[in-house]
Amino acid sequence: MRPFVYERAGTADDALALHDGDARYLGGGTNLVDLMRLGVELPGRLVDVAHLPLDRIETGGDGGLVIGATVRNSDLAADPSVRASHPVLAEAVLAGASGQIRNLATVGGNLLQRTRCPYFQNAGKPCNKRAPGSGCPAYEGEHHNLAILGHSTACVATHPSDMAVALAALDARVRVRRRSGGERPVPLGDFYRLPGDDPSRDTTLEPGDLVTAVEVPPVGMPSRYRKVRERASFAFALVSVAAALDVADGEVRDCRIALGGVAHMPWRARRAEEVLRGLPANEESYIRAAEAELELAEPLRDNAYKVPLATNLIARTLSELGSGERAGGDGRAPGPSDGGLS
Amino acid sequence: MDSANNSDGDVPPGGGRPPGGAPPGGPPVRAVITLVVNGTEHRIGVDTRASLLDVLREDLGLTGSKKGCDHGQCGACTILLDGRRANGCLALAVAHDGARITTVEGLADGDRLSPLQEAFIEYDAFQCGYCTPGQLCSATAVLDEAAAGWPSAVTPDITAATPMLDAAEIRERMSGNLCRCGAYVNIVAALRDTAERAERQSAADAARATSAASDARSEAIGHAQGVGRR
Ligand SMILES: Cc1cc2nc3c(=O)[nH]c(=O)nc-3n(C[C@H](O)[C@H](O)[C@H](O)COP(=O)(O)OP(=O)(O)OC[C@H]3O[C@@H](n4cnc5c(N)ncnc54)[C@H](O)[C@@H]3O)c2cc1C
Ligand code: SF4
Ligand code: FES
Ligand code: FES
Repeated sequence: MRPFVYERAGTADDALALHDGDARYLGGGTNLVDLMRLGVELPGRLVDVAHLPLDRIETGGDGGLVIGATVRNSDLAADPSVRASHPVLAEAVLAGASGQIRNLATVGGNLLQRTRCPYFQNAGKPCNKRAPGSGCPAYEGEHHNLAILGHSTACVATHPSDMAVALAALDARVRVRRRSGGERPVPLGDFYRLPGDDPSRDTTLEPGDLVTAVEVPPVGMPSRYRKVRERASFAFALVSVAAALDVADGEVRDCRIALGGVAHMPWRARRAEEVLRGLPANEESYIRAAEAELELAEPLRDNAYKVPLATNLIARTLSELGSGERAGGDGRAPGPSDGGLS
Repeated sequence: MDSANNSDGDVPPGGGRPPGGAPPGGPPVRAVITLVVNGTEHRIGVDTRASLLDVLREDLGLTGSKKGCDHGQCGACTILLDGRRANGCLALAVAHDGARITTVEGLADGDRLSPLQEAFIEYDAFQCGYCTPGQLCSATAVLDEAAAGWPSAVTPDITAATPMLDAAEIRERMSGNLCRCGAYVNIVAALRDTAERAERQSAADAARATSAASDARSEAIGHAQGVGRR
């Protein structure tokens, strides 16, 4: 690991001032320290932002939330008001990583964690994201868990965060303090980006921009998160879905659907939402909506399985929301052996 | 392969980890930090790159915490950091200046093992023992987290105040701790037994409180039954 200078920021202004071009902000370090050890990240300076006074969860009068950037993942998932008002968010956080990692991980770091693409994590391999212009070996190589939507020939990586998928469905905004001055909320869909011909950037942030909070509007309908992975727990998503559904008089009045594990960013399934609004709230409609979204998919050689998997997962999750039942009827998280999903 | 490295002058061939020579980017940077480990305060000089795990093992000689993967994937390095379980391998020591740490060496009260440690012996919850220090620290925290009402990914109703620590809950909550010997069945049994004993204890406490306060009798029995049902 390259030697680095460590600075602990006391305020957001301090953090911005301490960040030179060669620096990285340090949250819990659960992704950054790992990548430094792998030689993927080589900062000469770490600006520790984990102690900034941004560790509160505020519940607004309208039922919305403002979650500080240094709130630990475990505290977010355990918060009684979050569990009650935004269950999809608590469930998504609980579906990620392990108890000990969630205790270290911060909200800001979770949003900005890097892809788990095996070539990106191996500093000895080419990778357009890590070393622009060196190529994308995943395109023809090991990509069974990479993108089926919105990718380019330059990069087929997926974003690994579960939390961000729930935030995408919830129309969250990320509050960003700019190095260039000012603080403004950025809708999640404009915070993340697709790879295009510049996969080196995961987000639209400029170096030194600081995430200070996430604003989450009220949901106003039942919501939930479901994740399919290669083992029952402690693994990244093959496909996950965050969904919310409002049914009145047997008809879908409103819905939100976002997918994880399928694209360079959390994938808001707007096409499925449009198809579904106004349809009868039944299995057939849910499948029709899911299929409309997955028509956009361009699977790679080894990940076409994600198309039916995502279709079925969307339909199943909406059915559960529509009928008020929980996962698989027994309240247990779905595993790969969960009948009917793959 | 080389083009990836050549594009960044800082990365030596082979992935950025220099094979013993001078690291890129200048000499090591050191800092002095304070850690309170198992109740004893230590003031130590550390390399900013050192993890808590390395400091505990190399500088303080506390070799109970183990290094399995150094990437957060196995849980062998699990310690209690300011009362919460955390992976010592991913936590930079310099970022936890002033922290209070409990390692496996600090779980017992002198010669008296903790109830969980007793249960691990009683249930044969280990074979080679390499993962055990991490399992014990993690399990200690699982009991605290459940008592504090934290839900897990398999909790049927995440709005419920107190989750019940059945086998499925324990398996999910302990999924950050791998065991190459496959002692999982007995680890779950040991944790379940410890959790049940703690529940019986609090039920008994509640019942005693009941007979002491005759006014609130019916209400308190209701509570005790509620606890017993879990
Ligand atoms: C074994 C393992 C399994 C995992 N499994 C999952 C999983 O299933 N699902 C999942 O979602 N995640 C998973 N994770 C990832 C984990 O959730 C992230 O590592 C964690 O959320 C990152 O948070 P952190 O605070 O530790 O970030 P850090 O590692 O400290 O930082 C990550 C990045 O964010 C930047 N950053 C941090 N804070 C800010 C800020 N306030 N403003 C601007 N930039 C900032 C840092 O500079 C860095 O680039 C797993 C991790 C491990 C090690
Ligand atoms: S998919 Fe993206 S991250 Fe993976 S090797 Fe290709 S460019 Fe790199
Ligand atoms: S050594 Fe820390 S998780 Fe494996
Ligand atoms: S007892 Fe050997 S690794 Fe768990």
